[in-house]
Amino acid sequence: MSKFKTKKGKGSAAINTSSLPDIIFMLLFFFMVTTTMREVTYKVKMKLPEATEIQKLEKKSLVSYIYVGPPVNSKTFGTNTRIQLNDQFAVVDDIQEFVANDRQKRPEADRQKVTFSLKVDSETRMGIVTDIKQELRKAGAFKINYSSRRARDKN
Amino acid sequence: MARKAPEINAGSMADIAFLLLIFFLVTTTMDVDTGITRKLPPPVEDLEQEIDVKERNVLKVLVNSRNRLMVNGKFVDISMLKETAKDFMAIHPDNPDYPEVQPKFIDELNREVMTSKGIISLKNDRGTSYAMYIAVQNELAAAFNEMKNELSVSLFGIKYTQLVNEDKIKGINKAIPVRVSEAEPEDIGGQ
Repeated sequence: MSKFKTKKGKGSAAINTSSLPDIIFMLLFFFMVTTTMREVTYKVKMKLPEATEIQKLEKKSLVSYIYVGPPVNSKTFGTNTRIQLNDQFAVVDDIQEFVANDRQKRPEADRQKVTFSLKVDSETRMGIVTDIKQELRKAGAFKINYSSRRARDKN
Repeated sequence: MARKAPEINAGSMADIAFLLLIFFLVTTTMDVDTGITRKLPPPVEDLEQEIDVKERNVLKVLVNSRNRLMVNGKFVDISMLKETAKDFMAIHPDNPDYPEVQPKFIDELNREVMTSKGIISLKNDRGTSYAMYIAVQNELAAAFNEMKNELSVSLFGIKYTQLVNEDKIKGINKAIPVRVSEAEPEDIGGQ
């Protein structure tokens, strides 16, 4: 019955994996530092326009987002352009309230420094964007950012 | 001699770390937010009070619902917009076809520079596509950035984007203010 003899000493030695946790932890910390938490689930599709003269938004904590585009779930919500504030669809009239609520959440010193980033699908008509801008003006939020991607060189 | 504490089995440490790693990979995003930053004007209280600006000081940029561009009454291709804007905003003393110029003493630069009184007025239709609007904003921003670059090179020998001195940056921004005004919305061309 020695057909199934275990081969001892012949196989290659096991790799020492004692430093594996350290490597993984290093990766973990790298990702924790370089990334930020996802804040909302997108309910609208956005293909951002391209631009060359773009600036980085430095402080993510001082940015609020307004998403505009056709709904992701077009079977239920149709294909008309919709506005998304926080986690739900909204209409133009909700923006003033959204800005007011956003102010309430922030410390007093930061309230005037907030930038509103407009993440708008490039196929959108300007009418809705103009309406949003008018509402923001009325609400006293003057710093805005037209979110766009860096254009690849055409050459 | 006290007995040594038995060693803890650390074999599953890697699994725990992997779990955490995957959790963070899924819940976080890495995208850097970039875009064109603009400042909106405060709301106008009474429309009666019109600000008087001379005709020669305004470059009217219109975009219609078919994404066609018109600059001071002439159809222009988007590729020409940057040059047109730069030419318009450049200093042309004593030329009545261009905006007025005005000497201005800027403390940060400690010198007097000629500044243009020109304003670019941007007007778009409700039917204009957002991509076109951003393209126009981008070209105008490019024109101003190029002018800032040129001034910076002529004054300090380095590009505007490479300046580190706060005062110099402020001075250049004062010498070449980004004057893009957006008109109150109205329909300027049918759907």
